[in-house]
Amino acid sequence: MKNIGLILSRELGSYVRTPSAYFIAAAVLLVDGLLFNAFAVGERRLSSEVLQIFFYFAGIVTMGGGVLFSMRLLAEDRWTGTDVLLFTSPIREGEVVLGKYLAALIFLSVLTVASLYVPALIFVNGKVSFGHIAAGYLGMILLGATTLAIGTFASSLTENPFFAVILSFVFVVLLELCWPIGQIADPPLQELLSYASLHTKHFHASQRGLLQLSDVVFYLSLIYLSLLAATKVLQNRRFR
Amino acid sequence: MIVVDRVSKYYGEHAAVRDLDFTIEAGQCVGFLGLNGAGKSTTLRLLSCLLLPTSGRITIRGFDAEADPHEIRKLIGYLPDTPPLYPEMTVERYLRFAGKLRRMSRAELEKRLPEALERTALTAVAEQPINTLSHGYKQRVGIAQAIIHRPALLILDEPIQGLDPVQIVEMRELIRALSGEHTILLSSHNLLEVERTCDRVLMLSHGRIVEQGEGLGAKAGYRDAARKHGAELEVRGSEEAVRAALSDLEGVAITMIAPLGDEVLRVKIESPADARELIAARVVERGLGLRRLERASTDLEEAFLQFRDAGREEARA
Repeated sequence: MKNIGLILSRELGSYVRTPSAYFIAAAVLLVDGLLFNAFAVGERRLSSEVLQIFFYFAGIVTMGGGVLFSMRLLAEDRWTGTDVLLFTSPIREGEVVLGKYLAALIFLSVLTVASLYVPALIFVNGKVSFGHIAAGYLGMILLGATTLAIGTFASSLTENPFFAVILSFVFVVLLELCWPIGQIADPPLQELLSYASLHTKHFHASQRGLLQLSDVVFYLSLIYLSLLAATKVLQNRRFR
Repeated sequence: MIVVDRVSKYYGEHAAVRDLDFTIEAGQCVGFLGLNGAGKSTTLRLLSCLLLPTSGRITIRGFDAEADPHEIRKLIGYLPDTPPLYPEMTVERYLRFAGKLRRMSRAELEKRLPEALERTALTAVAEQPINTLSHGYKQRVGIAQAIIHRPALLILDEPIQGLDPVQIVEMRELIRALSGEHTILLSSHNLLEVERTCDRVLMLSHGRIVEQGEGLGAKAGYRDAARKHGAELEVRGSEEAVRAALSDLEGVAITMIAPLGDEVLRVKIESPADARELIAARVVERGLGLRRLERASTDLEEAFLQFRDAGREEARA
């Protein structure tokens, strides 16, 4: 635990001291606001519908943020050679993965919560339940956490942060494409493919203000598997 | 302290190192010498548990590198060829992080940090972000992170790479000073630097150790040559006259005479003390034409080339 905390605090310090994290944060908040303005407001709608539309787009933006934040997690260390400091120290690969992942997750969660000003605007002319907002945000954080975990795995596969972000993007898009492909497939492939969709299948309930256990289990399972795979990749580097 | 038993490392079909077999006692300063691609860095990465051997076994203080890498990592400080630095951190913050990674307590860190800063002459820049430092200072920070926890084994991969001559001298002095309290392994392709810094040399070529230990100096004669003050001269005259002129100088031995054309000879000599003035005086006195006289500095290179060629032949075989 101590080692995880050590890596986590260094990574968080790095987010605070480097401009790239601020650029990504500013871009995510800007896009959230622009999409809300473009799609959620204007027409006459129920406040809950406006909030659903906001969550739909904010979920996609959070996924993008997760992909972008994950690219530097492990790949950058290899790129700059700082992984050598970590892996010649008495620290386990899993502790490195978890420390870095949690730091990025904290930053992404703070960023996600910072977009609360957008649903708060709904209160100017409407009314939504706090439960709907809470379920939406929890769902978004889980969605972001899952994307971040997939990105962490992608980041363990290459030493180039740019390739890492491309790879991460490809993984996330492939999972999301499972939904439309599943719709035209025959059972049981239909259910199997549809189940793999990160946003359309598993974020849908959160958008509507419901947090389903099945979705939480799906997200947590994918997070666990992705981080485990990243750890195995790091452990196997010694064999190369 | 270190036992390397028939260790090989393959990248696909390519053998980075083959059949490495050596032991290193505690307290030694050992240099791994070889050209680029000889297998120096791979050997050091194997010893620091960053890589696993394809075959063979490495043990450090009885811990197996494959089974107990975690225990070995507690014993080592490692400086790779590019120092593993976080540019946005200050020197002090970075060293604190490195110390905590090596499981140092707060009290140990408070005691050891000023010592490490002073030892590596970094005290004045302790509060500076690393990305504002020169290459030489960054290299020092790299050494400081490797010694902050007083490791039993200090592994330095090309520690003088990219340093200017003044920094090289400072780095050499630093490593010599550290050799009292750590077992040091360092790699270099600089023959003179390894000779000046290390107690013992392992010479690598094409992934194999072509010579090692005390036998290296004896076989190549280069340690003797260094002690014997070799000299090289070009003289106009007959071989007989040159031999006659130099042979009765006390302690001077001619090791080579080769014609260069136009009655000029290239002569190499060895002597227990620097005999260049005596040689110059004798050559002039005998009416021979002295065209060049200088201290011989090529013995190491010749020894290295000799061993490298031997390694190449073995690799072909």
